[in-house]
Amino acid sequence: MLSRTASNLFWMGRNLERAETAARLLDVGQRITLLPNTEAGYQNEWNSLLQASGTSALFAQKYGEISQENIEEFIFFDRDNPSSVASCLEKAREGGRIVRTALTSQVWDALNVSYQELRKIERMPRSKLDTASLTDFTTSHTSTVRGAINATQLRNDGWHFMNLGYGLERADATARLLDVKYFVLLPRIEFVGSGLDTYQWQVILRALSAHRAYHWAYGGDITAGQVADFLILNGESPRSLITSLYEAVWHLDGLVRRYGDGVPTSARDKAREVLTALQGRQIDMIFDEGLHEFLSWFINELSTVSNLVHQDYLLGGV
Amino acid sequence: MTCYNEMFEGDRVREPYARLREWVETMPDDFRQMKQAEAEALFRRIGITFAVYGEGGDPDRLIPFDMMPRVFEQAEWRRLERGIKQRARALNAFLRDVYGRGEIIRAGRIPARLVYQNAAYEKAVVGFVPPRGVYSHIIGIDLVRTAKNEFYVLEDNCRTPSGVSYMLENREIMMRMFPQLFRGNRIEPVDQYPELLRRTLESVAPAKCSERPTCVILTPGHYNSAYYEHSFLANLMGVELVEGQDLFVDGEFCYMRTTTGPRRVDVIYRRIDDLFLDPLCFRPDSMLGVPGLMDVYRSGGVSICSAPGAGVADDKAIYTFVPDMVRFYLGEEPILNNVQTWTLWKDDDYRYVMEHLPELVVKEVHGSGGYGMLVGPKSTKEEVEAFRAKIMANPSNYIAQPTLALSTCPTFVEDGIAPRHVDLRPFCLCGDRIELVPGGLTRVALREGSLVVNSSQGGGVKDTWVLSE
Repeated sequence: MLSRTASNLFWMGRNLERAETAARLLDVGQRITLLPNTEAGYQNEWNSLLQASGTSALFAQKYGEISQENIEEFIFFDRDNPSSVASCLEKAREGGRIVRTALTSQVWDALNVSYQELRKIERMPRSKLDTASLTDFTTSHTSTVRGAINATQLRNDGWHFMNLGYGLERADATARLLDVKYFVLLPRIEFVGSGLDTYQWQVILRALSAHRAYHWAYGGDITAGQVADFLILNGESPRSLITSLYEAVWHLDGLVRRYGDGVPTSARDKAREVLTALQGRQIDMIFDEGLHEFLSWFINELSTVSNLVHQDYLLGGV
Repeated sequence: MTCYNEMFEGDRVREPYARLREWVETMPDDFRQMKQAEAEALFRRIGITFAVYGEGGDPDRLIPFDMMPRVFEQAEWRRLERGIKQRARALNAFLRDVYGRGEIIRAGRIPARLVYQNAAYEKAVVGFVPPRGVYSHIIGIDLVRTAKNEFYVLEDNCRTPSGVSYMLENREIMMRMFPQLFRGNRIEPVDQYPELLRRTLESVAPAKCSERPTCVILTPGHYNSAYYEHSFLANLMGVELVEGQDLFVDGEFCYMRTTTGPRRVDVIYRRIDDLFLDPLCFRPDSMLGVPGLMDVYRSGGVSICSAPGAGVADDKAIYTFVPDMVRFYLGEEPILNNVQTWTLWKDDDYRYVMEHLPELVVKEVHGSGGYGMLVGPKSTKEEVEAFRAKIMANPSNYIAQPTLALSTCPTFVEDGIAPRHVDLRPFCLCGDRIELVPGGLTRVALREGSLVVNSSQGGGVKDTWVLSE
């Protein structure tokens, strides 16, 4: 497979997942603002969400004032924001267009339709759109594309690259969302375990479509430790760090098997190492070491893996 | 001006159109509108668009699709086919000759200046004979019709003619929307084209290639207006679609960068111009090409289709000599006629053209896309005079032709069906054999009375049928 094709498939997966993350972020923010608030008002919370996606400086520069409308515009529609839903869907579709030959017609169709629908939404008056419908729009279209990929794509190297993109991006998104919750949303230690704390955890679970799943898995109350366990170490939780990374490793293994000895395996080796480290941890250990410190380590390791993928496969061996 | 309407013979509807006529007349208006909308949605959905960047608005444009097919009888087509193949053979013989001994010039049939000083003549490949002596592997020949048995060649496209994806997709969409039409008519298929193209490319693999050749399509990238076609063909042929950045030269071969390391490439079907192929040989600022590619090509390490320099055969100034080529190289009489052409660098022709400007069509020698031309009878006095000034400034940049009474085909319009002018571009493949699928791209001038079929000037496309015996 052409390195450029592989690269486009990898980034197509990442961008689709990133679009979904942006929509989920919008949903979290929306729900958090419905809650009577702590100190600086909901401005603070929105800002922390923007920090999670690494775009708060860009927002401040372009819009200044934080308002529901501005945030919606920025996170969903704004092409200047590289992580907005519109930007990501457009990039995913453009990437798909470039590698049309590597996609089945169903996948292309789903991707193209999502983009055409996006353009329709963009032409609608903003007053006709609410946050929930924007989130639903995004998750339903990204799910359709994902379903088409799973149902129709050949299980070849291209499929591995797409899913590798999905996996790494999802691990990264969950880690960032968790980090926001712990490091930014709850600035003062006395809030830990309070009603506010619990509510915020709930919101995060909802944003990850994991609210019910959590109850099935743990029953009873929502506690910080259990939610963190669910989102970090629980192998049944579809968006947990361990599941996402496990899938990434699985696809890297697939590439190594397919390509044989002649092709370097540094990305797979590194990803395996991180996975092993994750598997050796308990949630208590993570809290002892500091959730924020742990997440920073993890995000950093992910970016190393991503760079190694680039080195191993996307430069064309020269 | 009276024009030949392909649906009629006198007052009678011709046999091949009889069923279509019935189909149209029994079609309710709302059904037609529904189908038209469906067709458009299909084109958009599949992504058959041509991209126009940099003009604002939606970059993905649709070429209007007319649902009324154009029909050829078997006998009509056989004659066209013979004529097209004959022309394709002559054009390749000409290219072999002018990059070799130049017999046709020595014989005084074509002025040396027109060939050797032509901008498309490529000194870099003089003396090099590509595999099987084929220079132009895909030739698009633009034809117009003026009467039942009168066809004229408007121009030859020997470099990288586009539009074949429309031929294939128009058929696909018609079959999807109106299967009953195909059940009732015996219509020759065209969908073997990609397979034939792949075989053609493989058949001209370079001498140094010992295994099954690896073919690729080289595209300028996804911002190119024909990108859809490039990826469409790559997909149907099962070959990689590469950009210049994906290829590199190492030693005597060309390779593509893949996830498993470098892989050798044997045949490149390029959809970029000569000038951009290799910055070391042509334009040094080109980012689209592959440095060193021409060295590999000339040493027989890779084949390039069409061969660099093939453009000299489809120049509008050379066009007038194609019938002579047929006689000179093949010893045959041309089956297809050229349109009478006045070349303005000749004094007699110049004088005639200047006296008859309002009746003629005048084109730039190197122009394309329907731009930079004058259609005398459709222009105002002011437009004619303005063009006259342009000609006087640089006569050798122009040729003139009579305004042909282009045939018309029934076409769906706002209120029902009406005749509109059409042309035809079949795609002839030249490798170890010469192949032509029964069909082509019919372009139609959708504006009433218009003779310009280019999509940039309000043209649309139609499915083109060849009926079997």
